[in-house]
Amino acid sequence: MIIEQLVNAIQIGSTYAVIAIAFTLLIGVLNLLNFAVGEVFMLGSFIGLTLLTLGLPIWLTLLLSMFLSGLICLVIYYFSFDLLKGSPELIPLVSTLGFSILLQNAAGLIWGTERQPFPESVSSQIINFGPIAVSPAQIVIFAVAIILMISLDRFIQKTRIGRGMRAVAENPNTANILGINSRWVIIVTFFASGMLAGASGILFSISYITVEPLIGFHVGIKAIAAMIVGGLGNIRGAIAGGFFIGFLEIMSMHFLGSQFRDIIVYALIFATLVAMPQGLMGVVQQEKGRI
Amino acid sequence: MLSSYQEGILIFLGINILLGWSVYLPLSTAQASIGNAGFMAIGAYISSYLTLNVGCPLFLAIILGGLTASLVGLLLGLPALRLRGIYLVMGTLAFGEMVRNIFLNWEFFGGAYGMRGMKGTSLLLVYFWVFFALFCFYILSRSRLRLTLDSIFDDEVVSQLTGTNIVKIKVGAFGFGALLAGIAGGLYAHYMRFIEPGNFSVLLSVYMLLFVIFGGMRTYWGAVLGAAVFTLVPEISRGLKDYRGVFFGGLIIAFMILRPKGLITRDLLKMIFYLPKKKDPLETN
Repeated sequence: MIIEQLVNAIQIGSTYAVIAIAFTLLIGVLNLLNFAVGEVFMLGSFIGLTLLTLGLPIWLTLLLSMFLSGLICLVIYYFSFDLLKGSPELIPLVSTLGFSILLQNAAGLIWGTERQPFPESVSSQIINFGPIAVSPAQIVIFAVAIILMISLDRFIQKTRIGRGMRAVAENPNTANILGINSRWVIIVTFFASGMLAGASGILFSISYITVEPLIGFHVGIKAIAAMIVGGLGNIRGAIAGGFFIGFLEIMSMHFLGSQFRDIIVYALIFATLVAMPQGLMGVVQQEKGRI
Repeated sequence: MLSSYQEGILIFLGINILLGWSVYLPLSTAQASIGNAGFMAIGAYISSYLTLNVGCPLFLAIILGGLTASLVGLLLGLPALRLRGIYLVMGTLAFGEMVRNIFLNWEFFGGAYGMRGMKGTSLLLVYFWVFFALFCFYILSRSRLRLTLDSIFDDEVVSQLTGTNIVKIKVGAFGFGALLAGIAGGLYAHYMRFIEPGNFSVLLSVYMLLFVIFGGMRTYWGAVLGAAVFTLVPEISRGLKDYRGVFFGGLIIAFMILRPKGLITRDLLKMIFYLPKKKDPLETN
């Protein structure tokens, strides 16, 4: 029973971790809280629904949906960031709230506001490994999440643009002086954030096999919580935070009942912000660069 | 005479103006909040409980509801001092949702079913509070306190160095903002005759912030205009039907690009209200 819950926690945690990275990338590199990431997550899921209904295989659906989500994020970049350069930090934030309202309503217009079934693309037939019962869907979700995390980490640590991202995160002006094309770096950051959000949307729908326009908001808040717990702008922290929130959610549902699930998450956000603004990870790992 | 439809719009306009001010006040000390629907919910629930179950007169119930909200606001204001910018935005977001979820699970206040049967909010009562608050804001704008608020908004550290007690001012701004939201909540509950936790979602808090940002966050007239636009545009744009939300989102994005300081700025007010030779008494020489 408890092992089953742990497997569930890892499954939902890996979804949260991926979307939390999408949030934390933008905060780490640009100090921008992009509320519309939750909506990109939702659109990724809906695009996946359409592609799967067209008969595409799941791996192609995932890739295409990630690409399109990245493009949506570039639109957000242009209107909410590029055109608003130099304004106080609240203005881009409000602009992304505008995108959040716009995209949520647009999804309602295109796909309908009702909760819709998501085609079962990966079997959820339980397989027993000794005491542990896992479905292929859960294995796929976890594997895809891990692959995304590792490739992002390699990308940031090893490639030229990744180094650029770290430099811009440190100080945009110095990065420019040192010959980094910061505009290009920022565009790639937004695209990567959109791709991760879209991928997370697909992973979420594979496990819950439903989609609706409001999931972006609900999961978005969980992702923000995961990011805060891990320390803002800290990618590894966001991963740990995602699993932590997934674990906390499943455990509070299991031991206290589902009505306490959300209260605990919100209380945790507030308490962490006030008591440990560096995130719980900040205690373990002292500042080692921002992302 | 006004039809009940028109009266309804005017009542909502008044409530929205109060809500806009509830965000404007903390924002004028550089504290952005998207949790004010939580304070509104507290005011709504407490005042409803008082009129329904205690038999308290409406006017008193609304004041008590507002005071309860402001007490919570003061308590929240203290830890909020540690948070700035996007951290505070996220903290207040969590607070608002926490309040909503607590009411959702609190059977004493009806849980998910909510409370029903409140009545009595009239146009007169709403605008009594609006004009009372307007009067207070007018006094505030003529006092030294406005200079203090401005100095905190511009640079908190320098303000503190010159001897301002920023703890008192920032927490106070938070508490008074909560008071306004609580009063607006009481008025709302007794107009709607029915409240449930779903009425006080994050989206409502976001709209309150938008009133202020849209109208202009450096003067109290900004929230009035913002509330007016946000109350009337959805009514006017009824013809757009399902496209309303998309239009609305687009409008916000466009305005952040075209006029990021809001519709009413202080320069604009100066241009309208002060003759060229008359000097603004608050402008330092």
